[in-house]
Amino acid sequence: MKSYSIYISGVGGQGIIKTSTVMGEAAMKTGLPVVMSEVHGMAQRGGSVSTELKIGDNYSPIIELGSADLLISFEPVEALRAVPKISKETYIILNTNPIYPFNLSESGESYPDVQNVLTELNNKAKQVYALDADKIARESGHSLSMNMVMLGAATAVEGFPIEKETILNSMKANLPGKSLEINLKAFNTGFNFVKSS
Amino acid sequence: MIDFLCVKVVIMNLKEVLTAEENQKLFLLGNEAAVRGALEAGVGLASTYPGTPSSEIGDVFSKLAEDAGIYFEFSTNEKVALEVAASAAASGVRSFTFMKHVGVNVASDSLMSAVYTGVEGGMVILSADDPSMFSSQNEQDNRHYARLANMPMVEPSNPEEIRQLMGFSYELSEQFKLPVLMRTTTRVSHMRGVVETGKLVPGKTKGFFKRDPKRFVPVPATAMIMHKNLVRKMEELRKLSNSYELNKIYRRNGKVGIVTSGGAFNYVMDAVQGNNLNVDVFKVTLTYPFPDELLLEFIKDLDAVIVVEEVDPIMEKEVLSILGKNGIKMAVHGKLDQSLPLIYEYTPNIVMDMLETVLNQEIKKNQVLNSDLSIPERPPTLCPGCPHRSVYYTVKDAVNSLELNDVIYPTDIGCYTLGITSPYDAADYLLSMGSSIGTSCGFSKATNQNVVCFIGDSTFFHAGIPPLINAVHNKDRFVLVILDNRTTAMTGGQPHPGLSVDGMGWEAPEVSIDAIVEATGVKYLRKINPMNIKKSKEIFMEALEFDGVAVVISQHPCMLTKGRRSSKAELAVKQEKCDACAVCLEKLACTAIYKDEEGKVSIDPKLCNGCNVCVQVCPERAIGVKK
Repeated sequence: MKSYSIYISGVGGQGIIKTSTVMGEAAMKTGLPVVMSEVHGMAQRGGSVSTELKIGDNYSPIIELGSADLLISFEPVEALRAVPKISKETYIILNTNPIYPFNLSESGESYPDVQNVLTELNNKAKQVYALDADKIARESGHSLSMNMVMLGAATAVEGFPIEKETILNSMKANLPGKSLEINLKAFNTGFNFVKSS
Repeated sequence: MIDFLCVKVVIMNLKEVLTAEENQKLFLLGNEAAVRGALEAGVGLASTYPGTPSSEIGDVFSKLAEDAGIYFEFSTNEKVALEVAASAAASGVRSFTFMKHVGVNVASDSLMSAVYTGVEGGMVILSADDPSMFSSQNEQDNRHYARLANMPMVEPSNPEEIRQLMGFSYELSEQFKLPVLMRTTTRVSHMRGVVETGKLVPGKTKGFFKRDPKRFVPVPATAMIMHKNLVRKMEELRKLSNSYELNKIYRRNGKVGIVTSGGAFNYVMDAVQGNNLNVDVFKVTLTYPFPDELLLEFIKDLDAVIVVEEVDPIMEKEVLSILGKNGIKMAVHGKLDQSLPLIYEYTPNIVMDMLETVLNQEIKKNQVLNSDLSIPERPPTLCPGCPHRSVYYTVKDAVNSLELNDVIYPTDIGCYTLGITSPYDAADYLLSMGSSIGTSCGFSKATNQNVVCFIGDSTFFHAGIPPLINAVHNKDRFVLVILDNRTTAMTGGQPHPGLSVDGMGWEAPEVSIDAIVEATGVKYLRKINPMNIKKSKEIFMEALEFDGVAVVISQHPCMLTKGRRSSKAELAVKQEKCDACAVCLEKLACTAIYKDEEGKVSIDPKLCNGCNVCVQVCPERAIGVKK
């Protein structure tokens, strides 16, 4: 198969590694070769973090610049930081809920208007699916199901190489009973958002 | 903020490292694969001091060791960890010790002798190097240690290879009665990939130490013989390296060949296969002793060699010396001719750009886009509710009240090193674990400035005690703040000797920091709850005026510790009282407090941990519990 590359970016503590692992495991269960790279350690204390996932015959999990098929960004500015990894062919799932860097007043930098971020991403990529995943998560029953919203949305993107059922099975097998319903609701809301866009 | 679904997923995975039967596929992190490989090799004892990028190995052992029927410990520091593993191996038990690259510096004193005395049961030392310094103070290349100590070294490229090489390394170790060094890098330790499990072998946890001082006690007379034996062993190992199957040549009808190892091999193969290049590749896996005869075989029909390795030009120099010794004239490209950088980790693009230049051939690359909007930096920072933040705030406040200038703040290794950022500016000098106290001794002697140094609880146990003894005995004058947050926080919350639990998850005696400090003869010792700003400030002012070594132990659990998160109180800014003076924003700088577009100061309820420090800091008393 043609290699499929997913770049996932966000802020330390948003559960990015865990979400990526679910996708990777589902790929493995589908019988696809898969490699992934994670950043642990100091960056996880509220800094920028990313994971890279390559499905197909690859040795390295690190995505060549300009070649991510899918960018899943848990935060608007972190999507901008990932622009060198994307191309005109890239689909983007964007959580529009900003997390402001703590040192803005100190550094004198400013946080861009989210609408401008969207315009910039739309100019660069093939298609951007922008959603307030935090809000959807809260409405689904728990703010911590935000990553399931993002996962659901990603699963619905054209060309995503893993079947929805496989992702769901992997989720279900691992879900504690009490949060299953919330997580499924979050996942499906994300999934339907992209399908109906 | 940890996702409740996926924590469960990971826990299930971790159990699978032990419960998975033979020939199963698991999606494992390199560090998890190391544990599986060790369990398949029948490891009986494992020891470590946590350090990124090796930390998850210990986390997994800590969860599985009891069920696996083996022994695991978080040792006080890496030197102790290596000694625990070395003596177990000397007793015939297969042992595994693992640490980050700079941890090997701490362990090195005993490592240099452990190769002389050798082992009986197999012993593997894993060094997780950190090119590009994702979580480290330097990016030293620990492949030098294999040469310095004279020990065989393997370099895996992916999780499956880590698993396989664990088994090979134990056999090699027992065959030559030498510890084996496994060198990984961040991108290999933190790479996740499909691992095919082998059979688990129950580890032998008890051996028998047969006394043999001629073998195990290096004094001049015996060490002379030990060194001679070591050199002989390494010569035999060189022969083995030349016939080892994972030192593998991939022929692609090339006139140019690439010698590579570890994570760099992955970039090479993706570039070579992706562009269908006629370039031969020599993957060196047992990289020391370097397989010299295989290299000669590899270059037989080549016109030029490229060496692709991270970080120092180590194999490149091996290649040059082998060519020189054999009178072969051939172009060698790598770091020494600036084809590749001498610093930082490689990337696919660095390797592709190099190939394009050296091969003078177009390599297929995608266009690189850049954001037209400027992107604010997002450095890592202390968590909301972190007790370190209030300590920094209070110390600065005390220093200002006493009108002290030019205070020096030596710091140490842990989350609190993040005190380097403004507005705290509480990190002025750092060398290594424990250096906060040792360097304070020097500043105390060599300057007339006030010195306030910071060290965490785990770091204090690791390397803080000898320099504290030094400070007392040599009559230094400084304030030592021990930030006791009841965990090893930066690496993910591992236990340490000050806690009532050990690496096995068993109940353990708590070693008292207070008692250790008292025993050194320190005359000023106070304990504070850092979340009480007023009291803490009084103590810090007293400590700053004390003529001698003043120790303040700041005790408050890390906010990430299980069950610590959020007192139920939800804090909010009372807008009618707030005059936007921004003391909370600019001096405390808690990440949960922000100024919105209209200039209104607010608290983000998602981030706030309800620690109450901002309530005490606010001069207008404008922060309180949300009604």
